Amino acid sequence: MWRRWRKLKEAFIEALIRLCGISATIFVVGIFLFVCREAFPLRHNPDFHLTEFFLSIQWYPTSEITKRYGVLAMIAGTFSVTLLSMLMAAPLGLGAAIYISEFCAPRPREILKVLVELLAAIPSVVWGFAGLTITSRLIVRFTSADVGVNLLNGAVLLALMSVPIIVSLAEDAFKAVPDSYREAAIALGATRWQTTWRVLLPAARNGLTAAVLLGFGRAIGETMAVLMASGHAITIPHSVLDPVRTLTANIAAELGEAPAESTHYQVLFLTGVLLFLITFVVNLSAGLVIRRERRS
Amino acid sequence: MNRFATTPLVQAKLRQEALASYAALGMLVCILLPLFGMVGDLVWQAAPSLTWQFLTTAPTHGMREGGVRPAFIGTLYLVTISLAVATPIGVLAAVYLTEYAQDTWFNRAVNIAVLNLAGVPSIVHALFGLGAFVYAAQLGYSILSASLTLAIMTMPVIIASTREALLSVPRSYREACWNLGASRWQTIRAIVLPNALSGILTGVILQVSRAAGETAPIMFTGAVFYKAIQPGTLLPYALDEQCMALSMHLYTLSTQTPGVAASIPNATAVLLLGLVFLVNSAAIGLRTFLRSRGK
Amino acid sequence: MVRLWSRDAVWCLGVLLTMTTGCSAGRGQRAETLRVRGSDTMLILAQAWAESYAKVDAHAAIEVAGGGSGQGIAALLKGAIDIANCSRNIKSEEVAEARANTGKEPKEFVVGCDALAVFVHRDNPMDEITINQLAEIYRVGGSLNRWSQLGARIPAGRDRIVRVNRQSSSGTYEFFRDHVLGKRDFQLGSLDMNGSKEVVDLIASTPGAIGYSGMAFAAADVKMLRVSPAPGKPAYAPSAANVLASHYPISRSLLVYTLGEPEPAVQKYIDWMRSPEGQRIVSDIGYVPIALGGKLTANTCGGAGAN
Repeated sequence: MWRRWRKLKEAFIEALIRLCGISATIFVVGIFLFVCREAFPLRHNPDFHLTEFFLSIQWYPTSEITKRYGVLAMIAGTFSVTLLSMLMAAPLGLGAAIYISEFCAPRPREILKVLVELLAAIPSVVWGFAGLTITSRLIVRFTSADVGVNLLNGAVLLALMSVPIIVSLAEDAFKAVPDSYREAAIALGATRWQTTWRVLLPAARNGLTAAVLLGFGRAIGETMAVLMASGHAITIPHSVLDPVRTLTANIAAELGEAPAESTHYQVLFLTGVLLFLITFVVNLSAGLVIRRERRS
Repeated sequence: MNRFATTPLVQAKLRQEALASYAALGMLVCILLPLFGMVGDLVWQAAPSLTWQFLTTAPTHGMREGGVRPAFIGTLYLVTISLAVATPIGVLAAVYLTEYAQDTWFNRAVNIAVLNLAGVPSIVHALFGLGAFVYAAQLGYSILSASLTLAIMTMPVIIASTREALLSVPRSYREACWNLGASRWQTIRAIVLPNALSGILTGVILQVSRAAGETAPIMFTGAVFYKAIQPGTLLPYALDEQCMALSMHLYTLSTQTPGVAASIPNATAVLLLGLVFLVNSAAIGLRTFLRSRGK
Repeated sequence: MVRLWSRDAVWCLGVLLTMTTGCSAGRGQRAETLRVRGSDTMLILAQAWAESYAKVDAHAAIEVAGGGSGQGIAALLKGAIDIANCSRNIKSEEVAEARANTGKEPKEFVVGCDALAVFVHRDNPMDEITINQLAEIYRVGGSLNRWSQLGARIPAGRDRIVRVNRQSSSGTYEFFRDHVLGKRDFQLGSLDMNGSKEVVDLIASTPGAIGYSGMAFAAADVKMLRVSPAPGKPAYAPSAANVLASHYPISRSLLVYTLGEPEPAVQKYIDWMRSPEGQRIVSDIGYVPIALGGKLTANTCGGAGAN
């Protein structure tokens, strides 16, 4: 009797573990299906055209004349701000990771890693607040920009937010290179820099790519900081000092005001589908790169 | 490097080495300087408001004065409930991934799903929370909806660090236990989980810091601009009500509330930062302590 | 040892949770929660009311959420809230939707007046502006995009007019579009801020900026322009006297809506908002109290909001 009860209990727990194990999959698929479901009625909506959605910059969701839903400017905004931030974050992050993992003594290394971890923990709304009150004012003072909340401001914040991810993953990638590689290089008379440049960088290539990709994924999905600090204007930016609006910020600004089941609400969910797909592709490729590295 | 044979070639090499080292250090400084600059500036601006009363009083005079008590308590609510939901699921999910899953296409897909769940933008989580919990599940705008959204969003943090901890438990421990005739679950419960406790706790703590700082997912699911709560009560909110939250409070103070002294939003930011840093330091400290004890 | 500990931890967590749920459920029955949602312009006012009303009626716990006028009405029609704040009049299709869905009429209460103030940077030499000029600055294909066209010289050589706007579904945005632009569309590329406070802050730090918001958001480091209804006509400052005398051309009513006849607790709260005590808070916040004692209609506030 007792034994049967225990067996039953064990079977129950194993089933529970299996269920929890696939919960992440359920959530990811669930999120995707749900966001799609909310956007689905757009298919039959005469006011909405998919070509307009992708190819027009006219975003007038509440117009009295004709409502238009084009997100081209926001796609341009999202990519310009993310790419600019990666131009800053990728070299800085890799450089910092090289310093921490190759040039630094063990004790300061631990402290530096903790600092990077703390940097990663800063909530995005605090970044947004700092962007609004600190960096935007610096930009107005030191450049010819008309407004301080612009592409450059958003990109600087995003770079600072995604750099800790790049540093810690790149550092892991360097750590994963076997010490025998380093020893062989040093035995040949190479300096630490030569070892890093000629041996470690090629050896850790996949891990570094994944680090930058995941940093990119973080930057593209970031919401509050760009909402508060990048100007929120619907234009295709021509210079780094132009204000921009990103897809994420657009949802955050307008979701609260779009009544449920209106076309506007559904278009915002469609934007969510688009964002989901973009980050999915980015993360998937990072995952595949990591996997390829593990296998080799 | 020995300095006896400094041929020009060696000199160039050493120069290059020094240059590279300083350049890499410079990049690191470029990253850390803004951290110190920003935190320093926030604390400096916030100084007039950083008092104990700030934490224990409600906002008054149209939010132009007073403290953040309802928002602070609201954040504690959201964090606790999301933690209570995310921890068991996250830990068990990690157990599945490390102890049960074989390398099949299905489990590869599960792994990729975990990675992707961590990468889903917070605003998409917000969309999901609004559509699924607020409207479809009819929980309405409530603490429950907001906490569930946060729980799903922060679960990958727990999964990742639990998994790392489970992987670090040597296989020989498990084998020894199996040889005594223990079942798989008994082994996990008696051997694997206790040995991985530090890693699990670290994950839980990191989840707290992540959940406390998030704004976008709660903005549309259960956080409000203001809520009058009775002073002195310890648990002022019911689960089907909405609440204030620190992160949301910082956002509304800096976008909606006119005439606020600069020190108040700054102090809110410092409080939020302090909370997150404190929790993170606890995680780091715990990890270091347990690691040193393990060796 | 460790195993014991972890089991205890699970128990503690469980007990804590039950406590939380239990206590809050018990408390939920004692206090009555009134849910208020809607206009961002009225958010600070609704907050101040909620704060003071806690002293009047200790049993009412009031939740104040923003989201915008349209969101407030939409939530009201779904029955998710008790009171919707609205800084524009309800639209006829919204009334029709309420009738169709619930069979009830939304009931309107005027609780204050507001003048839509136009702000520029404090170093801007302009003092007044006409409605027509505003429309030319903001509308699609408008002819004004440099300050020099208005005869103003901005220090530091920043001549471009930086248009600061609100996001596209706020009541303030719609009011400005309907009454200044004549329902035409805004020119894209303006900086669409999320809150009126952000509008004012941005203008304070941007020499070439112009923007608009409710009058309560005025701050010392921005300049409020006097507005004239047409070229050649006198311009008026957005003040309480000018609003009540219908001089200021872009003023509006601040409204709250309930679905059907309000329940006693809601009615009591709204009555209190419109009492002298509630109206004193309106003027403390920076809006215009409604003329007391007179017949309260949407026309109370005069100006463009009356139509």
